[in-house]
Amino acid sequence: MKMISKKSLNGFINYGIIIVLFIIFQSLLSTKHLSSSLSGQLVPICAYVVMALSLNLVVGFSGELSLGHAGFMSIGAFAGVIASTALSGSVTSGGFRLLIAIIVGAIFAALAGVVIGIPVLRLRGDYLAIVTLAFGEIIKNVMNCMYIGVDSNGLHFSIQDANSMGMEPTGTIIVNGPMGALGIKKLSTFLAGTILILITLFIIQNLVNSRSGRAIAGIRDNRIAAEACGIQITKYKLMAFVVSAALAGSAGALYALNYSTVVPKKFDFNTSILVLVFVVLGGIGNLRGSIIAAIVLTVLPELLREFQDYRMLVYAIVLIVVMIVTNNEKASAFIKGIFNKKSKEVA
Amino acid sequence: MANDKEQKLVRVQSPNFLPEKELKNAPILEVSHLGIDFGGLTAVDDFNMVVGQTEICGLIGPNGAGKTTVFNMLTKVYQPSRGTIMLAGKDTHSMNTIQVNQAGIARTFQNIRLFDKLTVEDNVKIGLHNSINYGMFEGIFRLPGYWKEEKKSHEKALELLSLFDMQDLANDYAGSLPYGAQRRLEIVRALATNPKLLLLDEPAAGMNPSETQELMDNIRKIRDVFGIAVLLIEHDMNLVMGICEKIVVLNFGKIIAKGTPSEIQSNPEVIEAYLGKAATTPGKEA
Repeated sequence: MKMISKKSLNGFINYGIIIVLFIIFQSLLSTKHLSSSLSGQLVPICAYVVMALSLNLVVGFSGELSLGHAGFMSIGAFAGVIASTALSGSVTSGGFRLLIAIIVGAIFAALAGVVIGIPVLRLRGDYLAIVTLAFGEIIKNVMNCMYIGVDSNGLHFSIQDANSMGMEPTGTIIVNGPMGALGIKKLSTFLAGTILILITLFIIQNLVNSRSGRAIAGIRDNRIAAEACGIQITKYKLMAFVVSAALAGSAGALYALNYSTVVPKKFDFNTSILVLVFVVLGGIGNLRGSIIAAIVLTVLPELLREFQDYRMLVYAIVLIVVMIVTNNEKASAFIKGIFNKKSKEVA
Repeated sequence: MANDKEQKLVRVQSPNFLPEKELKNAPILEVSHLGIDFGGLTAVDDFNMVVGQTEICGLIGPNGAGKTTVFNMLTKVYQPSRGTIMLAGKDTHSMNTIQVNQAGIARTFQNIRLFDKLTVEDNVKIGLHNSINYGMFEGIFRLPGYWKEEKKSHEKALELLSLFDMQDLANDYAGSLPYGAQRRLEIVRALATNPKLLLLDEPAAGMNPSETQELMDNIRKIRDVFGIAVLLIEHDMNLVMGICEKIVVLNFGKIIAKGTPSEIQSNPEVIEAYLGKAATTPGKEA
């Protein structure tokens, strides 16, 4: 029982961190202490935190390296935008429409997760990573040639150009090929983003500490032993992958509905790698680390504006230093030693 | 549930069908003419063995004789090239590793395979996986089924651990346990899957004499408490001769002797396999 309470305590600390951060940033925002560039970053930060958490489920708990996570974000983003635009006439409440968009984004990304997961999860290690990378690119390129519009007859769809959809002249084009989704009504709010992070944390933490989560972690630690314990490998790997894809899809919907335009190119390999950096830097399997890494690494480029041209250089150096410090026993022992001394002095 | 039904169906149809009363005394495992080839190499050939319901059997032989290969065939890590394996009167031919486990064979591994980054309790709970009955959504949303089943599995896990005096280690990480405790945990985890037959692959490897003695008591205890059969591979002759009721000796993939410990100890072929042929004197040769 002691361990269970320790685990759930850890979970509650994570919820607490998110809520405290929300209160801090919200009060800074309302007292106008936040720079405009940073306040514009709040919703994307939430989306990236959700992305990092969801990728951590695959990389940290299921132990599979996925390099195409932005693909699911992309599917969620466009599905969410289509849903919100198509419903703009019938559902007037913006918050409710955002909720529907996020759910639709999650469902479509989950479906893509099933379709991609079944072939991909037969592979192991490096091969799996490369195939997920390929699927991420496929999704990006498919999205690049999608034309979707809506008129009074409903949704229209084409993969040639906008005219071949055969819409009424009054219809609106939602997704316009490589130009992406245009004229999106901005629905995402910082509060909605924070709630999505809390829901994501709730789902992942509870999943990990349940029968299914144990099976997932067991497969990661020792596949042969898990099989010998009667655990269906494919089922649980797919479960982790699909839940992760659904959460990435919801993050995508949140992200897309924060801007007036979203292009498919945004969700490319670079975004996948960026999210992977959050996960690796925060510690594989460490949810709190993922949250902090996602926040810091999204805010950092903004804070480094005063370095101007050397911004990305400093960013890279910070990344390297953090990696060394977190992965080097001597370095982490040194830092621990400093903190211990301090706490002793205080005592 | 579906599995039980299937099992009953097959049992009725199979020619090996036995009435319930006779089944009690029937062997749990019947292996006949089992063999496997890897490419052109025959690793095991014509392996026959019967294990009774609550018997402790030993499988011994020099290194590379094919003992672990037999285990891997029994648990379907390898699909045998020839022969049949009957588990409780049911042919395991079409089963995979997972189904064999659910049908009642659990095993430990020669090189310990624990879930290192999970706690001892979670390791046992993974063994209990198929006897815990709630799904993903109940787990995520913490529905009543989750609390009920988790409480049950927590108690069951501690009960199993206490059998080997490991209940105090429940919250430690499996990877951080000392060697002997890791071996014991592997046995507990195998027992958690509720087997009818327990396969132990070199359980005493790397143990000192007092630990080995404790292990022998534990193996007997497992048989008596759970009423299951145990088949073990071991090089420690004190252990094998001390607890096995029946021993099968394997050399170069073939059975060279079968019998009780005393029969095996005096079998000249076994002695030859372990110690080599007695040198013939030059005088005799001429």
